[in-house]
Amino acid sequence: MTETPSLTAVRDTFGPAVLRTDVVCGDAIAVVERDQAHAILTWLKDDPSQRFNYLTDITAVEYRDPELPLEVVYQLRSLPRKVDLRVKLWLDPAGPLEVDSVYDLWRGADWLEREVYDMFGVTFRGHPDLRRILMWETYAEGHPLRKGFPLRGHFSRAEQVRQALGGQTESFYSSEELEYAEDVLPSDVRERLRRGEHGGVR
Amino acid sequence: MGVSDADRAMVAQTSPNWITTKLDWLTNWARSNSLWPMPFGTACCAIEFMATAASRFDLARFGMERMSFSPRQADVLICAGRLPFKLAPVIRRIWDQMPQPKWSISMGACASSGGIFDNYAMVQGIDTVIPVDVYVPGCPPRPEGLMYGIMLLQKKIRGESFTDGALRQEQLVGPDGLFLPPERVDELSEPFGNSIHQTRSA
Repeated sequence: MTETPSLTAVRDTFGPAVLRTDVVCGDAIAVVERDQAHAILTWLKDDPSQRFNYLTDITAVEYRDPELPLEVVYQLRSLPRKVDLRVKLWLDPAGPLEVDSVYDLWRGADWLEREVYDMFGVTFRGHPDLRRILMWETYAEGHPLRKGFPLRGHFSRAEQVRQALGGQTESFYSSEELEYAEDVLPSDVRERLRRGEHGGVR
Repeated sequence: MGVSDADRAMVAQTSPNWITTKLDWLTNWARSNSLWPMPFGTACCAIEFMATAASRFDLARFGMERMSFSPRQADVLICAGRLPFKLAPVIRRIWDQMPQPKWSISMGACASSGGIFDNYAMVQGIDTVIPVDVYVPGCPPRPEGLMYGIMLLQKKIRGESFTDGALRQEQLVGPDGLFLPPERVDELSEPFGNSIHQTRSA
């Protein structure tokens, strides 16, 4: 399959840090070294020949085959050049899942990275506010889209209902919202927040 | 065989008198024909619910055209759609805010049993969170189905007595998150859900 100019350019510039390039169904895919990823993404965004100024999506993929790596996927788009590029990182599913945040490059990465963290447990170093976004913040069963996560969750149904209904008042609000409402918070909530607790089940 | 005086005295003491029954009839007539619904629409059932409320099926025929978007003025909570665990405290709060007398309709397969969503995120039947008077099956139920459920609820209300305080008493959830002992729940709900490996209590 013929390579796109972006794939050729990124391989010429970063050499061995680019582990693999593919063109699948017309989509250009570059798999890059995890530690070099931030530098490569910065170059892709800022280099005048690339200008990938729009981050379409960040997601992750875990395969059923335990030999295959867990992939973190960045889907980039250059609005002025009208081309797409997919950048992937390989992580060991058994090891610590840590990558550098790209929040400093694209502000839109904020919630996308929180979603990947929520669903897969990938930690983004340098993210300003890395907490769960789809599940509630006190969710204790793990990261639902991991292959090791049972479909019905780890807890029994009765325990799930108890956890969902038994949350302290403050667990339904983010730290930010609680800050806004500081003056009107009940004393017990204020006391718990002062102790550094946020949420939890009664 | 005649009726003894003792029998007559017993009947006079225990059964409601003429005035009370007529008052019951009047209250129930008023209540059952002016049910203000609190629409809790979370999914496609809400579309059918809207169709029911619109001109072709015309919920106004039942005195229900006034949607009560504040729970404080609502009589019947209609849960139209699946309920994720994240929404469980919300519907519980809305139910607690509704003044007595109040009733609830569980509309559709998902609200009644979890439906196709037998997974970590979904409440398996809203009756684990709030008490339910009428279950409407269907995926989603047609407006005729919902109206049949509403008419069943009206029938139920016409059989109530406003002097019977026990009807308005709410049973609280036990420490294990259930209204009844686990073995009684399993006996009543067998078979449950989409799985033969799952019981309602666990």
